[in-house]
Amino acid sequence: MTLPEFFGCTFIAFGPPFALFVFTIANDPVRIIILIAAAFFWLLSLLISSLWYALIPLKEFLAFGVVFSVCFQEGFRYIIYRILRSTEQGLHAVAEDTRVTDNKHILAYVSGLGFGIISGMFALVNVLADMSGPGTMGLKGGTELFFVTSAAQALSIILLHTFWSVIFFNAFDTNNYIHIGYVVGSHLFVSLITLLNANELYTTTLLINYLVTILTGVLAFRVAGGTSRSFRKFITCQ
Amino acid sequence: MAAVNLQASCSSGLASEDDANVGSQIGEAERLERPPRRQQPRNNYGSSNQDQPDAAILAVPNVVMREPSGPRSSRLPGGGGGGASGELEEEQGLKYGAQHVIKLFVPVSLCMLVVVATINSISFYNSTDVYLLYTPFHEQSPEPSVKFWSALANSLILMSVVVVMTFLLIVLYKKRCYRIIHGWLILSSFMLLFIFTYLYLEELLRAYNIPMDYPTALLIMWNFGVVGMMSIHWQGPLRLQQGYLIFVAALMALVFIKYLPEWTAWAVLAAISIWDLIAVLSPRGPLRILVETAQERNEQIFPALIYSSTVVYALVNTVTPQQSQATASSSPSSSNSTTTTRATQNSLASPEAAAASGLRTGNSHPRQNQRDDGSVLATEGMPLVTFKSNLRGNAEAAGFTQEWSANLSERVARRQIEVQSTQSGNAQRSNEYRTVTAPDQNHPDGQEERGIKLGLGDFIFYSVLVGKASSYGDWTTTIACFVAILIGLCLTLLLLAIWRKALPALPISITFGLIFCFATSAVVKPFMEDLSAKQVFI
Repeated sequence: MTLPEFFGCTFIAFGPPFALFVFTIANDPVRIIILIAAAFFWLLSLLISSLWYALIPLKEFLAFGVVFSVCFQEGFRYIIYRILRSTEQGLHAVAEDTRVTDNKHILAYVSGLGFGIISGMFALVNVLADMSGPGTMGLKGGTELFFVTSAAQALSIILLHTFWSVIFFNAFDTNNYIHIGYVVGSHLFVSLITLLNANELYTTTLLINYLVTILTGVLAFRVAGGTSRSFRKFITCQ
Repeated sequence: MAAVNLQASCSSGLASEDDANVGSQIGEAERLERPPRRQQPRNNYGSSNQDQPDAAILAVPNVVMREPSGPRSSRLPGGGGGGASGELEEEQGLKYGAQHVIKLFVPVSLCMLVVVATINSISFYNSTDVYLLYTPFHEQSPEPSVKFWSALANSLILMSVVVVMTFLLIVLYKKRCYRIIHGWLILSSFMLLFIFTYLYLEELLRAYNIPMDYPTALLIMWNFGVVGMMSIHWQGPLRLQQGYLIFVAALMALVFIKYLPEWTAWAVLAAISIWDLIAVLSPRGPLRILVETAQERNEQIFPALIYSSTVVYALVNTVTPQQSQATASSSPSSSNSTTTTRATQNSLASPEAAAASGLRTGNSHPRQNQRDDGSVLATEGMPLVTFKSNLRGNAEAAGFTQEWSANLSERVARRQIEVQSTQSGNAQRSNEYRTVTAPDQNHPDGQEERGIKLGLGDFIFYSVLVGKASSYGDWTTTIACFVAILIGLCLTLLLLAIWRKALPALPISITFGLIFCFATSAVVKPFMEDLSAKQVFI
């Protein structure tokens, strides 16, 4: 049972991001490089937040570390925004597919996906390694939903990071402070809500997080220029 | 051991006239790149080769330019001012650069994947019980200081072996003892492909508890090994050769992980990246001498030592013996003979190919070659490209070519003065032509001149780092190392695009990798474990 669970959870968490990667990123070398660079920046933010977590004497309160980690991540999102915008002309020259720079949302999307994938991986990869056996959760205490909810949460975080980056980059381009506030606020909110997972309130946290994910997705869709009409056209393949 | 060598090509730079046009429009990347570009010919070992074809061309700067620049600027909209074709050309270089970064990412990732998968599934490679001869101290004392000293001593011994071997190789190469070198390489790849592969197969079967009889195992080993020897040392499909090289590198990395004591492995990684820095960059560094000598002799470096992203089989090598002597004896910048071609810039200058002179298109009769052949384009550098425009029905260019070939000698004489005065301009100019024409060919061979080579040693030590990190059982450390190494490789390739000379690929990547490995396992891991135990997502 452990191996099917491993594959199931892997595909839940990384199936959609993998599909996004294959269909939108993998064909363009520049996008792959930006994706990896974004992942690297997320790693740096994680490094700083764990240094912070290790140095301050408040280890009992995970919430404290979470808040600072969210702040550092958003800070690094801003840094990568600055870097991408300042190298945009260079990128334009380099990019084979000029859409990368013609449509500003692509850069945002790619770096967001990089953030999301690496964050999802870091959150889940050791859990997945434990999942593949020989033991499993739920036989002696604990809940057997542990793995599935972890995978579902990881998926929501990956998608959220992608949406957040799209909104965030556009917000800085248009000086839309409400959107910036929304990104930071909803990131904090989602991360703090997951603190309830420790009490096994999975329905609440999953429902709320997926609600936020859908809301953020809709917002990102609108920011990227989508309307309900274009969505309908997309659904009906016109 | 560890030189990355951007083959050539990547178009170097802006012709001086174009600077004014380019001005403000170019992005920072280009701006960064320009100053080094000016000194390029001095840094470039192959400059003697590169200057030649250009020399002939530069004499007539404006003729060919006109036609190609039109369609090109529409092809790359917003390249920042269509007139600035130097810029276009630079974009091309970086563009292919980006492609080649990926072409290296894939094999490096595959090699690491093989090593990490092996480490995690076959416990044999995870524990050290037998030691290499070179590491006499076995780190069995529990005291950290003793471990530290024994790791240091071990790595110093190992490094001195590496240094001696490298110098031996250089001396043999300088003395043209090719047979000895080939024998040496064949012997070592024979050992890897047969003995170590057999060990690997045995442990693999044991780990998965699969019974296999000796005849079958021998048959598999024989086929695998012989095909490998053939494709590495003789010829074979490019993919197959690359696959074998990756496997050999992974196997070697596994050997290091298995037989080096734990802290010695880390110390060796640090030491080898420093050695790499010295060997490639210092003026008398052995690897630098190797690369230089190979370029002077218009040869490839041995395929068993280098992974190259592309191979050009149909090679043109028009260097006559006395010319190669001339280039060998004189300093690169002073030799101006016209017939040296860009053959060095291709990944594979195999003797057979040179003999296959059906493709030989010496500068003396460029018009006889009517092939629209990318490999020829790749090898020939300038003259052929002007020729291409001829093929495309550019009457002006055709006239130019005729005139050009008729007045070749005169031009050369004139050029020799110009070459010396405006060398950087020449190199840039010629590349401009070439890259301007290349995209119109629209077939993949056109890119073959732009192969990147990465020493197998780099593969090995990247994989050692990642494999060692994964042997502690923490996947986040492995991923962090992987990302850090790829970013380091990216930065190295960026520097390569800026400096255009052979660069050591290990220092940046290994430094990043080591930092992230230790930082992740010491600092990040506890934090992430707390988070994932409580299912908190950040």
